Amino acid sequence: MISLNFPILSVITYLPLLGILVICLINSKHHDLIRWVAFLTAVVAFFVSLPLWFMFDSNTWHMQFVENVPWIPQFGINYHVGIDGISLLLILLTTFLSALAILSTWSAVTEGVKGYMVSLLLLETGMIGVFCALDFILFYMFWEVMLIPMYFIIGIWGGPRRIYAAVKFFIYTMSGSVLMLVAILFLYYFNYKATGVYTFDILSYHNLGLPSNIQFWLFLAFFLAFAIKVPMFPFHTWLPDAHVEAPTAGSVILAGVLLKMGTYGFLRFSLPIFPQATVDFVPIIMCLSLIGIIYGALVSIAQEDIKKLVAYSSVSHLGYCMLGMFALNMEGVKGSIIQMINHGLSTGALFMIVGMLYERRHTRLISEYGGIMKVMPVFATLFLLVVFSSMGVPGMNGFIGELLILIGAFKASVAYGLIATIGLVLGAVYLLWMYKRVMYGDITKDENRKLKDMSGREYAYLIPIIIFIIWIGVNPKPFLDKMDTSVQHLLQMVNQQ
Amino acid sequence: MEQVMTTINISAIYPEIILALFSLIILMLQSFYHIQFRNYYGYVSLIGVLSAFAVVLSEPLGFELHFVEYSFNGMWVVDNYSRFFKLIFLVGTLLTILISIKYLENEAMQHGEYFALILFATIGMMIMASGAELITIFLGIELMSISLYALTGYTRTRIISNQSALKYFLLGSFATGFLLYGIALIYGSTGTTNIRGIATFLTTPDIKGHGLIVMGMALLLIGFGFKTALVPFHMWTPDVYEGAPAPITAFMSAGPKAAAFAAFVRIFMDALPSLQVEWISLIWVIAVLTMSVGNIIALVQDNIKRMLAYSSIAHAGYILVAFLSAGELGITGILYYLLAYTFMNIGAFALITTLAGKGEQRVTIEDYKGLGYKYPYAAIAMSLFLFSLAGIPPTGGFMGKFYIFSAAIKEGYIGLTIIGVLNSVVSVYYYLRVTVAMFMHDSKSVKNNEMPALVFSPSLIVAILISAYGVLSLGIFPSGYIEIVKQSFLVALP
Repeated sequence: MISLNFPILSVITYLPLLGILVICLINSKHHDLIRWVAFLTAVVAFFVSLPLWFMFDSNTWHMQFVENVPWIPQFGINYHVGIDGISLLLILLTTFLSALAILSTWSAVTEGVKGYMVSLLLLETGMIGVFCALDFILFYMFWEVMLIPMYFIIGIWGGPRRIYAAVKFFIYTMSGSVLMLVAILFLYYFNYKATGVYTFDILSYHNLGLPSNIQFWLFLAFFLAFAIKVPMFPFHTWLPDAHVEAPTAGSVILAGVLLKMGTYGFLRFSLPIFPQATVDFVPIIMCLSLIGIIYGALVSIAQEDIKKLVAYSSVSHLGYCMLGMFALNMEGVKGSIIQMINHGLSTGALFMIVGMLYERRHTRLISEYGGIMKVMPVFATLFLLVVFSSMGVPGMNGFIGELLILIGAFKASVAYGLIATIGLVLGAVYLLWMYKRVMYGDITKDENRKLKDMSGREYAYLIPIIIFIIWIGVNPKPFLDKMDTSVQHLLQMVNQQ
Repeated sequence: MEQVMTTINISAIYPEIILALFSLIILMLQSFYHIQFRNYYGYVSLIGVLSAFAVVLSEPLGFELHFVEYSFNGMWVVDNYSRFFKLIFLVGTLLTILISIKYLENEAMQHGEYFALILFATIGMMIMASGAELITIFLGIELMSISLYALTGYTRTRIISNQSALKYFLLGSFATGFLLYGIALIYGSTGTTNIRGIATFLTTPDIKGHGLIVMGMALLLIGFGFKTALVPFHMWTPDVYEGAPAPITAFMSAGPKAAAFAAFVRIFMDALPSLQVEWISLIWVIAVLTMSVGNIIALVQDNIKRMLAYSSIAHAGYILVAFLSAGELGITGILYYLLAYTFMNIGAFALITTLAGKGEQRVTIEDYKGLGYKYPYAAIAMSLFLFSLAGIPPTGGFMGKFYIFSAAIKEGYIGLTIIGVLNSVVSVYYYLRVTVAMFMHDSKSVKNNEMPALVFSPSLIVAILISAYGVLSLGIFPSGYIEIVKQSFLVALP
């Protein structure tokens, strides 16, 4: 491979920092220039990340594009990055959504544009770093670093209850991750006792053979960190607050990528390092996922605020991801990964659509709308496509993910599959009902009569997502093939127990 | 009996001599009162600090492993441990002087004795780090404390400053009494005040008067508990930190605390390791109390100086966690943490000093509203220091906590570590309060609350930049620092 000497992952990770540097040199009055620099940086990052897709070798489960240099040798901490079939798609999703998110926020944020763009780019660095870090401390650093820009995005540019939401987001996430740090340190010394080597290298923990009582506690600590991030059922309360208060780009990134860090964490750490505990925890996690699916859907039905509805629908959708993952079979795990991507695309698009409505009317209450289809026909079509994608209508990406997850769930146990299917029906209920109330019927409010249909910039960020929504829906094979070997290897490690 | 060599080695105390010379020079310079440019006291003392710094660094050059040199009949020791602490003190002093120059000009109190006292206090700290004998250490503590009492009340027209100086003095003398009593008891039962001598005595089988020694140890613990502001000996801290001039608060929270820990660790690890069974559970309880009480009370503070006072109590608790895990990792963790703490805390106080304005009128969190709009760079720097104090990567505060907690896990203190990390989550809340005030209030509502123009003098900017550099480099490229810290491990007895 020609890529061996070129540190492509580092380039993608730190490219946004370069953009930040340029932005810092620009006078904060030149809003448009700052926006363009930020957008172009993100676009370049996306194009630089594309070769990953083409040069990725899907015949091996080994890490690829690896960079491994000592960083803090006294502790055995290395700067070790690399990707496999699981992280490849997530990195591409991150660079893709980051660029579009910046575009979507062009006119929504008019104050403190400089700080906003710097935060978004910093966030991008943090997210990519999380997905390609192969050293525990490196991972932990990126994991925590991205709290800061997200905290500021919600807290400065958010809605009326932004301070509460931002602080809650920060403290909630951090309380999960500090316990993970304790678990990481414990593993570190355990590994030292077992092998005599001080290392934080994630891969070297994969076949450690921990005793099952230790696995239980460590799994619990990691579980807490990731479950808060996902968020799984009893830990989800920060999510609606953060989503509703965050500006559009913040919500898009939060739903599209940040939540996936939790599910990714399970795949990268919990499953391979604690296989025994994983198997033991399956019933509990399945139950929590099912509760999340049904509960999220029921609460969504009751929402009067579109954004809150989409936020709770994330709880439901991420429940599917967890369900598929802990079915612990090929279909389930692959479905789970592809569903992470799908959720990133379709929920990201839903948040963008809510943002478009909000920019026009400055309200997100469903009751303020109605009959919008008559004034915004093109918007209505695209909105419907996205709603279908989120519901899992065949031909859309959501169908592929949910189908695979359901197959996986049924294989694991018929009961899981049956309950999860109820969630699908409920999903159709809240999405379609919301769509009906917003788009169909007569125009009841005068302010809605002269709404403009989509602008060129809005096309520019919605159409690419819709292309991928249909692409994955019609031809999912290339996407699924990329992760095949990695998932197989992962399941082998778990099933050795 | 060990042969006592009369070793007078002046070169071992060069740094202290330099500082003493410079403080005397500054005192004498005061007689040239007609010189208009009063800031020069500060610059002269800067030269003194920098040259002491250079001497500490260069003699011997580098930090090669296990360098120990006893002199003055075993009263004085120069090892990497003490040298590293001296560097921490000197960095703290340097930053404090940089902050003070403009502050004194604002308050129209440009007197030389301010800087002379700071230098005397620094000498005291250095004696504490290098003392190999209880009386020497005690002398260092007294020199440091008395200078600090005077500095606390330095803004003599302000009642709160006087009050805190008096409070500090009374309580401090009381604590000194405990310390001295402890030293007396230990001397009475072991027959020596020399740290190595005490350790040797305690290793002999069948010691008489074990109870007395334990009593002495407990009294020492109380004395040092006061100096390092451990719960329940912390009551003085918030009042003194609030009342003292802001640069002095910065100074007190870094150097003297580090010095007290230097002596504390040396005495307990070198002289009393055989009593570990006795003090380990005591310190476990104190560590938990110190972290929790400090953090929880800090949650409800509106005065930022008081808030950071309680936060500094909590930080002493984290250091105790490393203290408990007495191995090499724990002690070097303390060194690393104290270095990071010096940078981040003084950095935060540098900004507090400017924001407070003349007469320190603006020290509540409310006063920080809208800082992010008006002075974005100052607000960003402040956030950096606060995030570092909270232990969020990529800052020195995170690496410090990482170091300390990994030492604790290594020694099996898992429960304590969990309490510690949960405490750091609690602390996030009050550090975030300041960032909320700075950035997140409506720019409209902020405009009503006019923020006066701030003056950023060059020396202050330099201080902030040095601190920011320290915080970031300790967090992102820690391996160079860790290398030095590792070689500054307290060398155990031969």
